Amino acid sequence: MSFPLLTATAVLPAAGAILTAAVPAARRTAAKWLALLFSLGTLVLAAVVLVRFEPNGDRYQLTESHTWIKDFGVHYELGVDGIGVALIALTALLIPFVIVAGWKDADPLETKDNKRWRPTQGFFALILMVEAMVIISFEATDVFLFYIFFEAMLIPMYFLIGGFGDRAHSGTDEAAATQRSYAAVKFLLYNLVGGLIMLAAVIGLYTVTGTFSLSEIAELRANGGLEMSTNVERLLFLGFFFAFAVKAPLWPLHTWLPNAMGEATAPVAVLITAVVDKVGTFAMLRFCLQLFPEASKWATPAILVLALISIVYGALLAVGQRDIKRLVAYASISHFGFIILGIFAMTSQGQSGATLYMVNHGISTAALMLVAGFLISRRGSRLIADYGGVQKVAPVLAGTFLIGGLATLSLPGLAPFVSEFLVLVGVFAAYPVVGIIATSGIVLAALYVLVLYQRTMTGPVKAEVSGMKDLKARELTVVVPLIVLLIGLGVFPKPLTDIVNPAVTHTMHDVNKQDPKPEVEAAK
Amino acid sequence: MSTVSVHSLWTTLAADTPPGGGLKFQAPTIEYAQLSPILIIVGAAVLAVLVEAFVPRKGRYYAQLFLSVVAIAAAFAAIVGLAASGFGTTKAHIAAMGAIAVDGPALFLQGTILLASLVAVFTFAERKLDPEAHGNRVDSFAADAAAVPGSDAEKAAVKAGFTTTEVFPLALFAIAGLLAFPAANDLLTLFIALEVFSLPLYLLCAVARRKRLMSQEAAVKYFLLGAFSSAFLLFGIALIYGYAGSVSYAKIADVVDGTTQQISPALAGTMGNDALLLIGMALILMGLLFKVGAVPFHMWTPDVYQGAPTPVTGFMAAATKVAAFGALLRLLYVVLPGLTWDWRPVMWGVAIVTMLGGAIVAITQTDIKRLLAYSSIAHGGFILAGVIAATPDGISSVLFYLLAYSFVTIGAFAVVTLVRDAGGEATHLSKWAGLGRRSPLVAAVFAVFLLAFAGIPLTSGFAGKFAVFKAAAEGGAGVLVVVGVLSSAVAAFFYIRVIVLMFFSEPKADGPTVAVPSVLTTTAIGVGVAVTLVLGVAPQYFLDLANQAGIFVR
Repeated sequence: MSFPLLTATAVLPAAGAILTAAVPAARRTAAKWLALLFSLGTLVLAAVVLVRFEPNGDRYQLTESHTWIKDFGVHYELGVDGIGVALIALTALLIPFVIVAGWKDADPLETKDNKRWRPTQGFFALILMVEAMVIISFEATDVFLFYIFFEAMLIPMYFLIGGFGDRAHSGTDEAAATQRSYAAVKFLLYNLVGGLIMLAAVIGLYTVTGTFSLSEIAELRANGGLEMSTNVERLLFLGFFFAFAVKAPLWPLHTWLPNAMGEATAPVAVLITAVVDKVGTFAMLRFCLQLFPEASKWATPAILVLALISIVYGALLAVGQRDIKRLVAYASISHFGFIILGIFAMTSQGQSGATLYMVNHGISTAALMLVAGFLISRRGSRLIADYGGVQKVAPVLAGTFLIGGLATLSLPGLAPFVSEFLVLVGVFAAYPVVGIIATSGIVLAALYVLVLYQRTMTGPVKAEVSGMKDLKARELTVVVPLIVLLIGLGVFPKPLTDIVNPAVTHTMHDVNKQDPKPEVEAAK
Repeated sequence: MSTVSVHSLWTTLAADTPPGGGLKFQAPTIEYAQLSPILIIVGAAVLAVLVEAFVPRKGRYYAQLFLSVVAIAAAFAAIVGLAASGFGTTKAHIAAMGAIAVDGPALFLQGTILLASLVAVFTFAERKLDPEAHGNRVDSFAADAAAVPGSDAEKAAVKAGFTTTEVFPLALFAIAGLLAFPAANDLLTLFIALEVFSLPLYLLCAVARRKRLMSQEAAVKYFLLGAFSSAFLLFGIALIYGYAGSVSYAKIADVVDGTTQQISPALAGTMGNDALLLIGMALILMGLLFKVGAVPFHMWTPDVYQGAPTPVTGFMAAATKVAAFGALLRLLYVVLPGLTWDWRPVMWGVAIVTMLGGAIVAITQTDIKRLLAYSSIAHGGFILAGVIAATPDGISSVLFYLLAYSFVTIGAFAVVTLVRDAGGEATHLSKWAGLGRRSPLVAAVFAVFLLAFAGIPLTSGFAGKFAVFKAAAEGGAGVLVVVGVLSSAVAAFFYIRVIVLMFFSEPKADGPTVAVPSVLTTTAIGVGVAVTLVLGVAPQYFLDLANQAGIFVR
């Protein structure tokens, strides 16, 4: 038996989480380094996965398969396709940055009269725990196994949001705590309800197929041994899709995201939107399309409309935000609209664009949000109106913020441009009108990003901003690599597309769709 | 033999009286070895009464604790022995002249009851939580249960350091009844087992050390409503006898199926009358649904759970539920398979209102014990969904759920005993605010139990819920699964609310303290956490066990 590489990729951060949590309370710094070490170790393993993965090989590679709960027909089955590899790489890449960026976010609170202990170790342990669960969700090729971690990751996430809030809060401490726990509960309930509805569909799937294994279900389908009536397939599809749409989040199920991202610390906000939410869109590709191809096609028009609403509505609300973090949250909702649009356009450009979009959105949001977090921690406020003229006092901070922002609005030359372009091309080929409406999202993105930059960074230097220090070495180690990646993948996205494209061919095959033939007018 | 044998064990003598008069005594045949689990516990209970009478007051606590633990362990060993020699599967049969079934479900449930009882007895014996009274270490039970609350007699008893060690024999008698309940194979045994475990439980509810009036009120409520439901049950039994001419499960089933046509002359007017059957069964089901706490027979649950001494609540919530669901399963699967189409719609309704009712009303609760009471009602609904499946999978899923649920429940109530202020246990939810800051470990353990109640993956609660819902879906009760999932979502809200309260709220200045328990309660909680996680992560062995045990003998 070969070395279980995929298991190791998930077990390493989980072990790291346990060890980090076990570090004695006094050795705070040691715990942080330990967590960082484990996240870097995971990155190395993810790199090995990336290298060992052969883009043109089998659909699922590095597979592992063991029976887990025989009675429920549950297998411990792992395997990655190109989409999974890309997202595992993204996750493993972002977590060290999240840890370094959040280095001081969970330190004890020192106020004038007292010093309040906070479970610093717990913060880092929970981040690693989320990483482990996200990675195993990207690897699972058994529906039940996926479901378990899809649900279980809510718990550490919930504690991260509710337990370690943003200290930059305009109200009193108590008001902040109330809002924070409101945001955490809202996050949990939305996702839990989504997950429970999916559970009903998971059970339904089992009663129809008798197994949870994707490969066995595919085999059944190929042999014609799968009897799923149209109605059953549609209901099951809706059950799965609902959960993923809450997670993604798709309008009108998105309302938990601005609360959660607003109240959480910036690194945790990055964890939510750049890493955890990707499980939702990833699962649409892997489970919805593969398990319920006909129902997916049936639901496409409705989903495209919802995605369009997400794009325009998210962007419009982002324009109107007064709070920097909520602005990024609404921008993310708009971007998730693009991802879902790309997936359900059912063209290969659309789907590979969507996959690239997941990766690029992760990196660009991380860059923008983490710099915003550094900015907010300096001034102690999340309100845009409290800033002005920052570029004069902290030019590096302002510059990196601008690059993050430009990546968010998909400036050509930066990575997100490639993916957004691909998605739009893919959508346009199949549904021209939808493509045209979606383009308005780009225009609005330019508006909210540039106005945000203009109001916070340019203009006269505000009194409270005048003493602001520029980025420190620790903060630069977070920001610079992310920017390098954004530029690198923007200029040369081929390594990524090479991995993703064969996987997309498979998903296209799942739904039995071919790209529309380009129509060229015959030369006269 | 002209007279009808009502029941072979209970009426042997009457039946075998020769026509010419004179008494020809024929001893009933009893398979003592196969009944040994019940007999051991009954014997120990009798011994415990003697201990209470003859052992000096100082030594009673230790003698009782030792006796109870040894008896429960021995009974459990007997169960394991019986199961190992195949009584759960191939050699399953009906013992004691038709009164007691020795089969897979019976052994599995008895084993569960005994393990849960063992852990519960540990919490009964805990003496480090309450502050010492006059230099004596005290447990959760009244110094002198007979003394009027607040009276001089009570003060004298406290001062003299009396303790109600009678709780141990009472618990043992209750356990004996609980063991017999799911194994009962005729209606009379069912009724006697019900009374044997109910009466000690009524008493146990009344003997709290703190908040004695509330405890006594709870006991009276429980007793009155319990007596009422027993009466229903008994009336139902009478009607069924009129219908079938027998109280034996197998014989009733034969009459229901129509395989027995022989009509006894004494009952010629009533036998085979469907009205009697339906009304009688409805009354019996009411009696059983009362014991499982299903809506609309749940009214007693919150008051009794709140008023009873917390260790007793944990014991009752876990063990009674296991036994009552066992009896319900046997009744529906052994006696009434021919009537499935009649009872299913009714039970559907009961399951739906139980799941939704328990979950929705729990939202408004402000007392942790009442909250857990409503949560136990909602869980009763989930289990009913498995019961309704009417498939072998349904049986084994219910067995598994009961195993998982009972340990979470005892553990959760054991944690409740730790959180205390000057008035005893601080059960009002507002007092739990900020517990996670003050005692992270206790709060984390309680959070694990709450997550298991909520059915979050990787806990036993999820595995159990999945098993029953799967069985229900396969049994054609898809609607129940959807309702169950929705009420799980509602239920998740209030479990999460408690977690929010513990971890994200500011601790109050006059908040409760967390008492450091002795090794007894620590063991109870530790076992609870261990079972919760093991059944959540690697449930296969226990599912296999439940599967093997999932066949009723007829």
